[in-house]
Amino acid sequence: MRVVIAEDLALLRDGLTRLLEAYDFKVVAAVDNGPSLLPALLEHRPDVAVIDVRLPPTFTDEGLQAAIAARDAVPGMPVLVLSQHVEPLYARELLSDRKGGVGYLLKDRVSHVAQFVDAVRRVAAGGTAMDPEVVSQLLARNEPPLAALTGREREVLGQMAEGRSNGAIAAKLFIGEKAVSKHISSIFTKLDLPVSDDDHRRVLAVLAYLNS
Amino acid sequence: MDSRDWIRDGIRAVAGGVLGVALAITNIPLFVLFVVSLVLTPVLGIGLVLLPLVTALVRFRARLARRLAATFGMPIARPYRPAPESRGPLVRYRWIITDPATWRDFAWLLPGAVAGLVLGVLSLAVPLYGIEGILLLPLWIWLGTGDYGYGAVWPIETVGEGFLSLPQGTVILAIGLAMAPYLRRADAYLAKLFLAPTRNAELRLRVSQLTVTRADTVDAQAAELRRIERDLHDGAQARLVALGMTIGLAEEMVDTNPAKARKLLAEARETSSDALVELRHLVRGIHPPVLAERGLEGAVRALAMALPIPTAVGASVPGRLDTPVESAAYFAVAEVLANVTRHSFAHHVEVQLWHSDGLLTMRVADDGLGGADPAGGTGLRGIERRLAAFDGTMSLSSPPGGPTVVTMELPCALSSPRISPSSGTA
Repeated sequence: MRVVIAEDLALLRDGLTRLLEAYDFKVVAAVDNGPSLLPALLEHRPDVAVIDVRLPPTFTDEGLQAAIAARDAVPGMPVLVLSQHVEPLYARELLSDRKGGVGYLLKDRVSHVAQFVDAVRRVAAGGTAMDPEVVSQLLARNEPPLAALTGREREVLGQMAEGRSNGAIAAKLFIGEKAVSKHISSIFTKLDLPVSDDDHRRVLAVLAYLNS
Repeated sequence: MDSRDWIRDGIRAVAGGVLGVALAITNIPLFVLFVVSLVLTPVLGIGLVLLPLVTALVRFRARLARRLAATFGMPIARPYRPAPESRGPLVRYRWIITDPATWRDFAWLLPGAVAGLVLGVLSLAVPLYGIEGILLLPLWIWLGTGDYGYGAVWPIETVGEGFLSLPQGTVILAIGLAMAPYLRRADAYLAKLFLAPTRNAELRLRVSQLTVTRADTVDAQAAELRRIERDLHDGAQARLVALGMTIGLAEEMVDTNPAKARKLLAEARETSSDALVELRHLVRGIHPPVLAERGLEGAVRALAMALPIPTAVGASVPGRLDTPVESAAYFAVAEVLANVTRHSFAHHVEVQLWHSDGLLTMRVADDGLGGADPAGGTGLRGIERRLAAFDGTMSLSSPPGGPTVVTMELPCALSSPRISPSSGTA
C-alpha cells in the first residue's frame, strides 16, 4: 500500500516511516511543510495519506486544509489526520463531504502500534477512524434522542463512531455479533437514521448525526 | 430613522431640559456657599470645616451634571484626585484647595447655571408654544373671539385665520422637539469644557489606573507561571521519571524474564500516554492550540461545540487579533461560558463576537435563571482583571429570572486575515 506522510518533526516523520514500512506500507513521499503537501498528494495519489494538522510555515492548520483540498480534488482520497489535540470542529470539517476514507486521531495513538496500523488500513479501505476523545465529546451532549439510548447502546454507538465494524465491536465489548446487530438496529430506530447493510455507510450516518 | 424615535428623543431631551433648569437653580446657592466658606477660612478656621462640606455638595452637583450629559451622548470623566488617607482637616483642606478640578467646578457654577436655565427654558418653551398653537384653535372657537393671535397671524380675526395656527403650531412643535436634543448637547458640551479632566489630570488618572492594572497583571501572571511549574513538576515530569525507571527495569529483565519485561513495557506505554494527556490539558490552559490555529472565532466555535448546552456562535471578526489580546478575549469568553454551564441552568446560549471601530465586542447571553452577581465568586472578577490589562471592560445584566447578558469590550486592532505566523511547534 502506498502512503504519503506529512510531518514537520524529523523524529516523528522517521518514526512513522519506519513503523509503516515495518507493516508493508510503501512510503512514496514524506513531506515536512504545508505548501508541498497538496502537490505531493495529487502527484502520488497514495492509497492513504498520514497528515499532521499543524505544519510550517504558519504552524496553524495547513495540514488539515491540504487534506480537505486534496479530497475536493480527488473525492474520497483516504486521509488520516494526526494532531496533538483533537477538536470536534475539525472532525466536522473533515467529514463534511460525507465520503469515507477519513481518519482523525491523536498522535498518542501511534504508540498502540497494532491499533494504529489497523486504523490506517481501515481508512485506506474507505472506512473511518475517529479518536475516542472526539467521539466522547460528540456524545457528551445529552439531548433527548441520545438520552433515550441505554448504556450498552451508547457504548456500541461510541465504538461505531470510532469506525469499528460489527465484528470488532463484538470483540471489544465481549458480546456476540448478533447482539451488536440488535443494538445497532435499536440505535438506528431511536435516532431515526436510514438503515444500511454497509459498515462504512452506517458509521458515516452515525457521525453525520452526531456532528449535526 | 423611525419618526417615533426622534419624537421620543425630543420628549426625553425636553424632560432633560426641565431637569437641567431645576439643577441649574441650585448652582447659585452653591456658588454663594463656596465663596463664603473661602472667605471664612481665615476667620476662626470655620472654612476649614465648611469648605470640604461645600465641595462635597458641589462635586455631587457636578456628578449629576456629568450623568445628565452622559444620557445625552456626552460622557464626561471624573477629574478629581484620589482622597488622601488621612482624615485630618488640614490635609483634606489642602487636598481640595490644590486640586485644579475644585476650581474648575467652581468656575463652572455660574456659566453652568446660566446655560442650564436659558437652554432648558428654550427647549421647553418652543414645544409648549407649538402645543398652544395646536390646541388654540378649538379653544379660541370655544371661548369666542378676543384679542388673540398666533405665530405670523396677529391678531386672529376670522375662523379662517384661526385654522392657520394649527399647521404653524405643528411645525413649531416639531422644530422644538427636533431642536431639544441639540440644546441638551450644547449644555453638555459646556459642562464638558469645565467638568472634564484636563489633559494633565487625564494623564494622572491614566497613570494611576495603569499602575493598578499592571500590578494585577503581573500578579496574575506570576501565579499562572507558578501553577504551570507545579503542574509540570508533579505531572508530566514525574511521569517521565517513572517512565525512565520502568523502561530501565524492563531492559534488565529482557533476558531473564521476558514476560515480565513485556508487561513493564506495556506499563511504560500507559505512563507515556498519561503524560501526554496531562501535557495536553496544560497546553490547553496556557494557549489552546485551536486558538493558535483558527483565531478567536474558530476557537470560540470549537469551545461552543464542546459545551453541554446548545450554543450558537455569531461572529464578524474579519482578521486576526494580536496574540495576547486574542488570548485574553478567548479566556474571558471561556470563563463566562464556564460560569453559564455551572450556574445558569440555561437551555440555550448565544455568543456574539464583532469588531468595529477598533473595538472588539463579545456578548454572551443565556436564557437561564439570572441573578448572577459580579461581587460573588472570583470568576467574573478574574475576567474583569484579564480584560483590564488591555483596557477592556465587562458589564453584566442579570435580573432574577434571567436572561443574563455579559458584554465585554476590548479595544484592539485587527491584522489582515490568515497571516499570523506563530513560532509554535506542532
